[in-house]
Amino acid sequence: MADEKKEVLVSVRGLEQYFNLGKKDEVRAIQDINFDIYRGETLGLVGESGSGKTTTGRAIIRLYKPTAGEINFEGKDIAKLKNGSKEMQEFRREVQMIFQDPYASLNPRMKIKDIIAEGIDINHLAKDDADRDAQVANLLQLVGLNPDHASRYPHEFSGGQRQRIGIARALAVQPQFIIADEPISALDVSIQAQVVNLLKEIQEKRDLTYLFIAHDLSMVKYISDRIAVMHYGRLVELSTSDEVYNHPLHPYTKSLLSAIPVPDPETERLRKPVPYDASIEEDGQDRSMVEITPGHFVYAAKGEIEGYKAAAAAYNK
Amino acid sequence: MTKILEVNNLQVDFHTYAGTVHAIRNVSFDLAKGETLAIVGESGSGKSVTLRTIMGLLAKNGKVTNGEILFNGKDILKKSERELNAMRGNDISMIFQDPMTSLDPTMPIGKQVAEVLRIHGDVSKKAAMDEAARVLELVGINGAKERLKDYPHQFSGGQRQRIVIAIAIINNPQILIADEPTTALDVTIQAQILELLKELQTKIDTSIIFITHDLGVVAGIADRVAVMYAGKIIEYGTVDEIFYNAQHPYTWGLLESMPTLETNSARLHAIPGTPPSLLNPPKGDAFAARNAYALQIDTEQQPPFFKVSDTHYAATWLLHPDAPKVELPPEIARRRKIWQKMNPTTSKEAE
Repeated sequence: MADEKKEVLVSVRGLEQYFNLGKKDEVRAIQDINFDIYRGETLGLVGESGSGKTTTGRAIIRLYKPTAGEINFEGKDIAKLKNGSKEMQEFRREVQMIFQDPYASLNPRMKIKDIIAEGIDINHLAKDDADRDAQVANLLQLVGLNPDHASRYPHEFSGGQRQRIGIARALAVQPQFIIADEPISALDVSIQAQVVNLLKEIQEKRDLTYLFIAHDLSMVKYISDRIAVMHYGRLVELSTSDEVYNHPLHPYTKSLLSAIPVPDPETERLRKPVPYDASIEEDGQDRSMVEITPGHFVYAAKGEIEGYKAAAAAYNK
Repeated sequence: MTKILEVNNLQVDFHTYAGTVHAIRNVSFDLAKGETLAIVGESGSGKSVTLRTIMGLLAKNGKVTNGEILFNGKDILKKSERELNAMRGNDISMIFQDPMTSLDPTMPIGKQVAEVLRIHGDVSKKAAMDEAARVLELVGINGAKERLKDYPHQFSGGQRQRIVIAIAIINNPQILIADEPTTALDVTIQAQILELLKELQTKIDTSIIFITHDLGVVAGIADRVAVMYAGKIIEYGTVDEIFYNAQHPYTWGLLESMPTLETNSARLHAIPGTPPSLLNPPKGDAFAARNAYALQIDTEQQPPFFKVSDTHYAATWLLHPDAPKVELPPEIARRRKIWQKMNPTTSKEAE
C-alpha cells in the first residue's frame, strides 16, 4: 500500500448496531466504531466470536440498517439509504461480499454459471447471452477454474474450488470494495494458501479494496496492510499490521497475540499466554480512539493516554 | 516405554455408489503410555477414519480389509459390540470437534457427565453427581456444584468444550482421542483448552491421540507427529524431527504454507492441485502429481519407509541412496539450521 496517495474509500463514523432495540433482550452488538479504509488496501478485522466483527462487515454492506452513525462510501453516506432505492442498487454493485462457508453460500440447485451471472443479470451488465457466457468464462479463468465447467453444479466442486466460485461471483459486477468474512477458515491449510494468494493476485489486477474479517491472526497479518482489533463490540486497536504485531499497545491485543499457536516447537515451549482482564473496559470511563503514535490508534480513556505513549516509546528504544 | 496401542497394517475400504474408496491404505503406528501423538493431514487424508476404526465407530459401509489394532495386546477389531461398549468411554474415550453438537441440549450437564459413570460402574446417583461436580471443577467450570442442573445453552463454547472433556476423562481413560477439539474455538479459548489437556494428561496419566490440521497447535502439544496423506502415513517422528528435520516434500509443503509471523514475502507457498481420489489411488506415490521434487520412480512405485533415525521415518524416494540431492526450499533450510544447532553431533554424521 503506497503511502503517497491515501484516498479514503470507506469511512465509518460512530457506527452502532443494536438488535431488538428497546426490548428486554436488547443486544448492543457494536458501538462507537470509527475507522477509514483507504483505496487499494486490505484492512484486517480480527477478534473473537461475538466481538462484532461480522456485524461490522454486514452493517457496512448494509445487510442491516445501522442504529446510528455514518458509513461514507466514496464520500456518500450510505447508512440512511433505503432498500430498493436507485442509490442503494448502485452501492450494492460497488461492494460485494465473500462468505465463510463455501458449502452454504452457493445454491445447490443452480449451475455455477447462473450463480456467477446473477449479479450480471440483475444489473443488466451483459449485452446478450453470448456476452454473458463470455463474462462468466473470463471470471472462471481469472479465479483459476476451468471455463468448460460452467454448466456444473456446486456439489461437483471441492471446498477450495467452491470458494473460488464465490470469489468469481463477487467479482462479476466489477466492485471496488470486497468484504471477505472468514473466507478461508473452512478450508484445509494447503488450500488456504491457494485462496489467499488468489485474493492478493486479483486485488493487484483489479485495484480492489478489501475488508478481511478473520480470527486466524497469522493469515490476517500476512494479507493485511492494516489491522483493526475488536473486543466486546468495540474497536480497541488499529494500526499497520507490523505495528499491531510487533508493538501491540492495548492489553487485549497483547493477550490475543500471545495465544496464537506458532508452528515451531521451540517457540511453543517458551510461550507464556498473557491473560486479559476485561473489567478494565467496564470501569465506566469515557474512551475513544486516540492516536498514540502516527497511524497507531488505541481505544483509551484520558488517564490512560500517557501510559500508552510511554509504552510506545519503550518499544522504539 | 510400554506401548499401549499398536496399529498394524490397517486397511479400510468404503463401499459407495461410485465404487470402493480405499480410505486407509496400510497404516501402522503405535502409542506409548503417557505420550501425545498428533496426526496431521488435510480433509480426506484418513485421519478421522483411523480414529473411528480404533473406536469401533466405522460407518456401515466401511470395512476393515486388513490389519490389527492391539490395545494392551488385545485386538480391538476382534471385540464384540458388547466388549466395545465396555471399552468406549471407559478405557478409550473421545473428544469431538464441535462442542455445540456433541452435548445433548435437552439434558442438564450434571446428568450428562454422571451418565458415563453410571453406565460403566455400579455407582449411586448421588455419588455419580458428586464425582461429576468434582471433575467439572477440575476442567475449570467454576462453581460446578451449583451448575449441575444447567443446560448446555447456558454455557459458552469454550465452557461447553470443557464439559465435553469432563465427560471424556471422568473414567480416567487410558487413551484420550481428540478429533480437532479446538478448531471451532477462538485462539484465546483454544490456548486455554490446550493448556487444560496438557495439565490433565499429567494428572490422570493418559495417552492422547490428537488430530488437527493446525501445525501451530501440533508444535505446542505433541510429543510425536504422524503426517497422513491420501490414506497413508507418509512421515512420522518426534515433534522436533518433523518441524526441524522434515524429509517428505508433502511435510515441507505443509510447513511452508503456514505464514509464520515473520513471513513477508509477496506470495504464500501453496501446494498446487488437490489430493487424489481414493477411488482409484495412483499406482506410485500419491503425492507425486503435486510434488515439485517428484522423481520418475514416484509415478511407478510407492516409496517404502526410509529410516532417518530410530524414531523418524519418511516414505519418500528422495531418501534412497541413489536419489539426486535436492536443494531445500528456503523455509525448510531455515528449519534445518535450527535442527543442526540442536543436534550438532548427529547431523554431522548425516552429512
